[in-house]
Amino acid sequence: MIIGLDVGGTHTDAVLLSKQGLERQIKVPTDTSNLFETVLTGFNHLLEDIPIGKIKRVVISTTLTTNAIVQKELNTVGTIVSSGPGIDPEWYRTDENYHAVEGSIDHRGREREPLNHKQILAIAKSMKEKDITTLGVIGKFSVRNPAHELEIRDLLKDQFDTIFLGHHVSGNLNFPRRIATVHLNAAVYEMHRDFFHAVKNSLEQKGLQIPIQILKADGGTMNLESSMSFPGQTILSGPAASVMGSIAYAPGDMDAMVLDIGGTTTDIAILVDKVPLLEPLGIRRGKYKSLIRSLKTHSRGIGGDSHVRVDGNTLKIGPERLGPAMAFGGPAPTPTDALVFLKKMNSGDQQLAQKGMENIAQALGNTPEAAARAIFKQTCTMILDQARDLVHRINSKPVYTVHEFLAGYAIEPQKILLLGGPASYFAQEIETLSGISTEVVPASAVANAIGAALARTTCEITLLADTEQKKAMAPEEDFTAPISHKFTEEDAVETTHELLLKKALKSGADTEDMAVEIIEYQQFNIVRNFSPRGKIFKVKMQVKPGLIKAYEAVCHHCTINPDIEKGI
Amino acid sequence: MLKAAHKTGLVFFPAFDWAIDPTHPEREERLLYTQDQVTEEGIFDIEGILELKPDLINNQDIQRVHFCLPDEESITTESHLISAGGAVAIAQAVMEKRVKRGFALVRPPGHHAMRISHGGRGFCHINMEAIMVEYIRRHYDVKRVAIIDTDCHHGDGTNDIYWHDPDTLFISIHQDGRTLYPGSGFTGELGGPNALGSNLNIPLPPGTATQGYLYVLENTILPAIEAFKPDIIVNSAGQDNHYTDPLTNMKFCAQGYADLTRLLKPDIAVLEGGYAIEGALPYVNLGIIMALAGLDYSRVVEPNYNPEKLQQAPHVTEKIEKTVEIINAHWNNRHHLRESAGSPGDIQERHREIYYDTDNILERQQEKIRICRECGGTFQIESTAMPGSRVLAVHIPQYACHSCREKGYEMYDAAPKKKYDKVILQDKPQDRYVIKS
Ligand SMILES: [Zn+2]
Ligand SMILES: [Zn+2]
Repeated sequence: MIIGLDVGGTHTDAVLLSKQGLERQIKVPTDTSNLFETVLTGFNHLLEDIPIGKIKRVVISTTLTTNAIVQKELNTVGTIVSSGPGIDPEWYRTDENYHAVEGSIDHRGREREPLNHKQILAIAKSMKEKDITTLGVIGKFSVRNPAHELEIRDLLKDQFDTIFLGHHVSGNLNFPRRIATVHLNAAVYEMHRDFFHAVKNSLEQKGLQIPIQILKADGGTMNLESSMSFPGQTILSGPAASVMGSIAYAPGDMDAMVLDIGGTTTDIAILVDKVPLLEPLGIRRGKYKSLIRSLKTHSRGIGGDSHVRVDGNTLKIGPERLGPAMAFGGPAPTPTDALVFLKKMNSGDQQLAQKGMENIAQALGNTPEAAARAIFKQTCTMILDQARDLVHRINSKPVYTVHEFLAGYAIEPQKILLLGGPASYFAQEIETLSGISTEVVPASAVANAIGAALARTTCEITLLADTEQKKAMAPEEDFTAPISHKFTEEDAVETTHELLLKKALKSGADTEDMAVEIIEYQQFNIVRNFSPRGKIFKVKMQVKPGLIKAYEAVCHHCTINPDIEKGI
Repeated sequence: MLKAAHKTGLVFFPAFDWAIDPTHPEREERLLYTQDQVTEEGIFDIEGILELKPDLINNQDIQRVHFCLPDEESITTESHLISAGGAVAIAQAVMEKRVKRGFALVRPPGHHAMRISHGGRGFCHINMEAIMVEYIRRHYDVKRVAIIDTDCHHGDGTNDIYWHDPDTLFISIHQDGRTLYPGSGFTGELGGPNALGSNLNIPLPPGTATQGYLYVLENTILPAIEAFKPDIIVNSAGQDNHYTDPLTNMKFCAQGYADLTRLLKPDIAVLEGGYAIEGALPYVNLGIIMALAGLDYSRVVEPNYNPEKLQQAPHVTEKIEKTVEIINAHWNNRHHLRESAGSPGDIQERHREIYYDTDNILERQQEKIRICRECGGTFQIESTAMPGSRVLAVHIPQYACHSCREKGYEMYDAAPKKKYDKVILQDKPQDRYVIKS
């Protein structure tokens, strides 16, 4: 049996799955001031009377990192960056313990300016005086040559407890995002470590000996050990959990949209042949941009509890949420009130909902009935508009080769999967408005926990081989190897594949769940003065997000339990 | 947080799978290191910088500019259509005010492609800037355009296309034609009889450094633009003036390019040449992008930059000052030059030979233009290419007067079909391109 547990912002969902289906499901309120207690409560409920030896897999998704950012509870860490020519690194200052130092590596990974040890040691000394024990070191183009980052680490490794290096977080180029990502990893590290050690210890006390898997933003898992190097990857695993929970119901060979309609927001994701689309570089949320691998999910301020009002003669819905629906004691009308008033939804206070609709009707100069219909339709329209907007933006992403330009695969969803509390009330209208077959994911209220439980271990690797410089490297894994001028495309792909499998196993993957694909391949001839000097190969490969084979069929036995479907 | 002072659109189309041939300077690798630098700097994450997707242009877009022979398909590849489409995408975004300025980092380049195109010249087959300019003249309210070509080679293609157009101010600064391909672009090349002074060709001596470029900019180019009052300014932003460029002999640098861009304030920049792909392009392109966006570019410096080695010799300075004097005299005299260029209604003839180095074609042209004070003047070109076709091409300019429109049809009707492989009429006012059948 396997366990999936998703600690959300307001409540925590947990499921126990066997090959027969959903054995247990629970929903408990999240205590943001004590997530550990929340997690323990979840486990205690799930494991009651269950022989512990039967549990083969545990996956946890938490908002720990997100909470720490929102509540500004990040640890004080030191940051050392070396940039060389380009944009002033001062723009990427993280806090007062951020230092730009001498030293430069260029786009081909060649050293252009050496490090200045004296300068670095002086900075380390100033950090020690502030009792800083965790350090992030980031160099521009360190993914082309990590020598400077490694040199700084070797120089300072006795002075700090933990040092995070830029070239480990991703093979992607983007210096500012590399800085932000390393800083996040470093700043949440202690909290993450303490939290998961506590969880691990208490599960061990219950007799659970299996390794814990943690859900990442890309909808895949990693084991506890790997998570210690990249704790920032747990950010936004919640939306990823829901998307993973819907995958089993997506059609193969077809594009689908997943709409997770909540109280405040609707999260939108795209599946292509059952595989969720990823952000090209990494998570971005508003001004925050990182290299953290992530599903492409867009969160928009429209949901069951969105604030409904009339501005001039126009109906406005969201993006704010002032509170629950009036029918549930809230302060202002919401789409949920429209559902209650129209008797599409059977819970909630009819009279309060009617009051809300009367308010709107008065401002619009029509009947409460007409107002409720207008709100209902507009909510569905807005959700669809946001979804179409995401599809449009994905389809207008630039490409860099003639071949890709002409091939130009365009996303065209032929299926909509709905998740979230109010999903079932909206399904029919969304299908009518969009003309796309729409389905509510079964057990939609705990689909997130099911998604976490069934998510396979994912990872990515980038290999760069340069036959002129006679080396191949995969910076994320600190891999470098000499190569000859005869190095070929097959060699490049094979080397990358080996490294990927090794990394996946190390992160806790099961050999039967290695769904591997090349996500980027480029090859260039290096020519100087009209004569060929060598070749550059770039290969990026991933274990793609998806469900573990052993339990994939389970989803089709998951039915809706009416006890937890109530309330939004 | 880093934020662009001017909202700036970028089209990046490095055509990573297209080359003239595998070891040619115009090959797949050319923008690779630029892309790496721009990506590593996180340029596309900066608020106010937008990455736009190019669209394909179509034959009609090409036919507003060129006579392609034997036809459009034979001398272009998809890569050309996307490259020109990149320039058009930037122009659309600027015209629709989605961005204030834009830069099309596209390849292949186009500024050596002339109005009649039998194939490749100087790595160019069709002219990206001209196709873009004529596109926006057709679709938006734009008449007066200034095109400033800062590529190190004379922009002879653009020079040719706008030779007779008084509504386009074309200025090319380039290494002296006696020392570099294509061997043209001397101070006396001022445009056709109806447009004298609207083409300014400014040859610079080998060894011109940043100081020299900025001197020409401030003392000739900017005053001419100010007097011309263009609706938009286009920069053919070639990057082969760089001190490390393998094909040229100049001493320009990334800081210089950024300064030039900041002072020129182009609405649209289009990448042209530049073949120091590792040592120059990554830094020059970054500098241009940041200058366009109004960001501080003071730290964008080549790793091997040494200002002492990039001093401009006194005799170079002297030569540049003299050239500027000559150009300014022509410019100030432009109205008089046109008045004395011939009597309205007369036909003037010009004979030329054009060599296509990329495709090894020799073309002979005989051009006849109607002298006109009211418009650019209709003209016909009889062109024979070896190897290639023999054609008669008639061009009625965009803002043609009534007499010139009539003259265009007269020329077209009079051309004996038997004598040529093709007789073509480019009727700009009606946006028509007709081939006699
Ligand atoms: Zn050039
Ligand atoms: Zn006329």
